[in-house]
Amino acid sequence: MDDLEQIYQDIILDHYKNPRNAELRPDDTVLADEENPMCGDRIQLTCEFTNKEIEAIRYHISGCAVCQASASMMSEALQGMPVEEAQTLIQEFVSAMRGERELDPQWHEDLVALSGVRKFPLRVKCATLAWHGLAKILAERKA
Amino acid sequence: MPPASETAADGGFDIDRIRADFPILHQTVHGGNPLTYLDNAATSQTPRRVIQSLVEYYEQTNANVHRALHYLGEQATAQFEAARETIARWIGAPEPHNIILTRGTTESINLVARAWCAAHLHSGDEILVTAMEHHSNWVPWQLACQRHGATFRIIPITEKGEVDMEEFGRMLSERTRLVAVTHMSNVLGTINPVEEIIQQSHAVGATVLVDAAQSVPHMRVDVAKLDADFVAFSAHKMCGPTGVGVLYAKAGALADVGPFLGGGEMISKVGDTESSWAELPYKYEAGTPNIADVIATGAAVDYLASIGMDQIHAREQQLTKYLIERLESIPDIRIFGQAPKRGGAVSFEVADIHPHDLSQYVDQQGVAIRAGHLCAQPLMRRLGVPAVSRASLYLYNTEEEIDRLVSAIEAAKRFFKA
Repeated sequence: MDDLEQIYQDIILDHYKNPRNAELRPDDTVLADEENPMCGDRIQLTCEFTNKEIEAIRYHISGCAVCQASASMMSEALQGMPVEEAQTLIQEFVSAMRGERELDPQWHEDLVALSGVRKFPLRVKCATLAWHGLAKILAERKA
Repeated sequence: MPPASETAADGGFDIDRIRADFPILHQTVHGGNPLTYLDNAATSQTPRRVIQSLVEYYEQTNANVHRALHYLGEQATAQFEAARETIARWIGAPEPHNIILTRGTTESINLVARAWCAAHLHSGDEILVTAMEHHSNWVPWQLACQRHGATFRIIPITEKGEVDMEEFGRMLSERTRLVAVTHMSNVLGTINPVEEIIQQSHAVGATVLVDAAQSVPHMRVDVAKLDADFVAFSAHKMCGPTGVGVLYAKAGALADVGPFLGGGEMISKVGDTESSWAELPYKYEAGTPNIADVIATGAAVDYLASIGMDQIHAREQQLTKYLIERLESIPDIRIFGQAPKRGGAVSFEVADIHPHDLSQYVDQQGVAIRAGHLCAQPLMRRLGVPAVSRASLYLYNTEEEIDRLVSAIEAAKRFFKA
């Protein structure tokens, strides 16, 4: 069950079973609504910003364990991060999921656990759904 | 090879012998787990004699059909036409030329949606489809309606997952030009009362296309008795190769209908500005057909017929009952579709486990099931779920394999438990 353990490492199961920031508040405005029509996964995201930083990320999600865990891990990893730095990390993460580069355990910490998804090409979209949503929010804010 | 505890439990249905016919089934995957193939509604496995037919064709017969005036060409043509006859006889078609050979159910349906609709569908007309159709029996009609200014209407289904026949009766009118209905739902397993649907449709002058992709492989279907105008199905779901579809067209159903694809084979005379068309079925078989696979489809029919469609159906009914009973024994499982008349495609969800996680988990234990929207997004919306898991059976499956599926689901529940 090696491959399975890779895709569902303890840290991923932990985020899946105890998702962080996975609740929108009643007055939140949904800034990105991403869907993967192939499997029906969907995330609705909102962000709060200070001057240059992401202050908070909240979302509502329905999807598989990988999709949910990835959103949860993203919301933790990028909270408090300067917007430009976050954009770089999103790019690095998405290309790592596509197998185009490796993640650096020192800099990317827990996110490395999601690398197991690369062995399952059909699941890459699950792991990157939240990230694409956040990328859109950040791009629009800059524009 | 797994032991078959159920041998001869059902009047000579020799499961050991049947499993021995399918080389692919006898392997282990993901570190020693026996392959348990329960995704037959997506595609079925191939018996040795069908594989052998492909090999023999390429080793002994390969040539283009209907044109080459040489030994191989004559052999290939004879075998190709023999396969058409075999298919025709098997489904009760009166004549071989009622059988148009395509690349799959999807192409068969598109042929009708393009060519037939161009001749018969007009502004203000209606096409009715049921809410349980596969995208391939949905999108072509949506497109046809858009092209011809007709209305695309959806016949609702009941809580049990059956066509709402009362509502269907109310929707039928002289505006109804065509009714497209699946014989057996690939999601709910429901076997629809197509005979009744055809009678009622004909009574208002409507034409009926039956998507038989999920029924023809599993039960005796007699197209003449059904009185269907069009019946579409695929070889790869009935022990045949991929890339072959069948469109049965009742005599006269394509009269006054223009061509679908243009090219070689489908012509009678080609002029500088216009051309005339070959007779049926060749008018709808443009280009070099999928010769090897059509011949192998004939071998698949021979294989199924040698076991007997009634025997296969009875065995699958028994297995389906067992599958449903065993699934229902799992707490927090929901099975979609409770039609009493049903086949062996069983969709379900396990509370709090996304179908993709479930399918990935059981796959690691060697169990192949399907997860997703199953090409039926409109039905998923009506069921209120984004995706489902589906186990689907065929003649070579066993009770033991169903037990393996159930153990794997139970293990997945423990693994993903919050």
